[in-house]
Amino acid sequence: MSLFDKFQPIIDIRAELEQLGVMPFGAVTEKFLSPTEGIVNGHKVILAGTNNYLGLTFDPECIAAAQKAVAEQGTGTTGSRMANGTFIEHVKLEQELCAFFNKKHSIVFSTGYAATMGMGSTLAGPGDVIVLDADSHASIYDGVRLGGAEIVRFKHNDAADLEKRLRRLGERTANTLIIVEGIYSMLGDQAPLADIAEVKNKYGGLLLVDEAHSLGMLGEHGRGVAEAAGVEDDVDFIVGTFSKSLSAIGGYCVSNHAELEAIRFAIRSYIFTASPSPSVIASTRVALRLMQERPELRERLWSNAQRLYDGLKELGFQVSPQVSPVVAVTIKERDQAIAWWNQLMHHGAYVNLVMPPASPTTDSLLRCSVSAAHTTEQIDRIIEAFATLNPSSAKEASN
Amino acid sequence: MPDYSEFLERIFEILKPLAKKGLLLNEDTELVTELGLTSLQVMELIEQIEDHFDISIPLNILPDIRTVHDLAAQLEKLDR
Repeated sequence: MSLFDKFQPIIDIRAELEQLGVMPFGAVTEKFLSPTEGIVNGHKVILAGTNNYLGLTFDPECIAAAQKAVAEQGTGTTGSRMANGTFIEHVKLEQELCAFFNKKHSIVFSTGYAATMGMGSTLAGPGDVIVLDADSHASIYDGVRLGGAEIVRFKHNDAADLEKRLRRLGERTANTLIIVEGIYSMLGDQAPLADIAEVKNKYGGLLLVDEAHSLGMLGEHGRGVAEAAGVEDDVDFIVGTFSKSLSAIGGYCVSNHAELEAIRFAIRSYIFTASPSPSVIASTRVALRLMQERPELRERLWSNAQRLYDGLKELGFQVSPQVSPVVAVTIKERDQAIAWWNQLMHHGAYVNLVMPPASPTTDSLLRCSVSAAHTTEQIDRIIEAFATLNPSSAKEASN
Repeated sequence: MPDYSEFLERIFEILKPLAKKGLLLNEDTELVTELGLTSLQVMELIEQIEDHFDISIPLNILPDIRTVHDLAAQLEKLDR
């Protein structure tokens, strides 16, 4: 018995993949040819698994702002927001997030993980209750475990099951935090937020929504699922990331609760880490503005998503339950998924391979994320790459 | 609230189809090391118990559970 014994299953699967000559996890991007094309693991591929939803990673204005910030403010902040790491740009970004979301308070974090994990671990502690969607992201689970509250799961996207859980809690809903996501990262399905908000209003508690995969994609202004569902006032805390639609790294929380300013001083993932680098904040600020100025990016994203979704469905693959910028193909057999991921690379498409326990079920996924920067021709090439996989056997394998 | 034996009976019922041939389930059967349940299967087991008894089972009890007995005993302790 040694400390390393528990890693044996990982060691085994790595050896298996190496023997097959496939390394889907930590695939190395050697060169970018554009925001949507690059050389990955030696293959020239269309990037169809990078969460670069609005395609802003190489936007000239974002790059220029980042370069200027490096020149004027240096490469890093070298400290926590609580000490020396609050620069005027961090404060401006927080103000801009407040203006964008129509909220009074906001906090900028160093990563999306730190934002979700930090809010989940800080808002509810011993004696409190957290009721969360069963398919919540690892950062949510990690946070709530750390906080010490009682944790209860409800069935994925099932507002009736949430209602059951809240009803059983009785008066304890007064100190209950409900956590859901806007768009779920693996299958791209949306939370029924109007129903969830209704249940919350009926039984009490606070509602936190992680809009990591929905910022910039849904709602008239791109504020996410809460805006699209018309329940922004019922959501107590919105958290999210700068690493997807805003093409940088970092996270945020916005709220109308004045207590957020006090909570800021209690969040360990905010206090005990260095603040985001000036270049990151600068490009994020520009991206946030561009996202608002260019609604056409959102339109193009959805049109690309629809095209890919329809194309894969027509080929006979089992795709996600609803159209979204995340289009996931479900495959029953893990080995089949690995082989197909490899084949897609050889046919010029990079997607994400997701295997249990990262996938929500025992199935594996070939997860595509669509970008506004994909051309129609690139979307068709992704579909063509999938067409080489003998989709009829995919259907059988999924049934 | 159901008692220990009712929980035990239900757990055995749910686990029966998952037990390998020849493995006789008893209170000392270990869920992960002996039965080989994956984390997903453990969550399914919890959901089935929740549905059957109309209760919510906090995830916090899971680290203290290794055997069928541990699970039934923790469920009996739940205050609702």
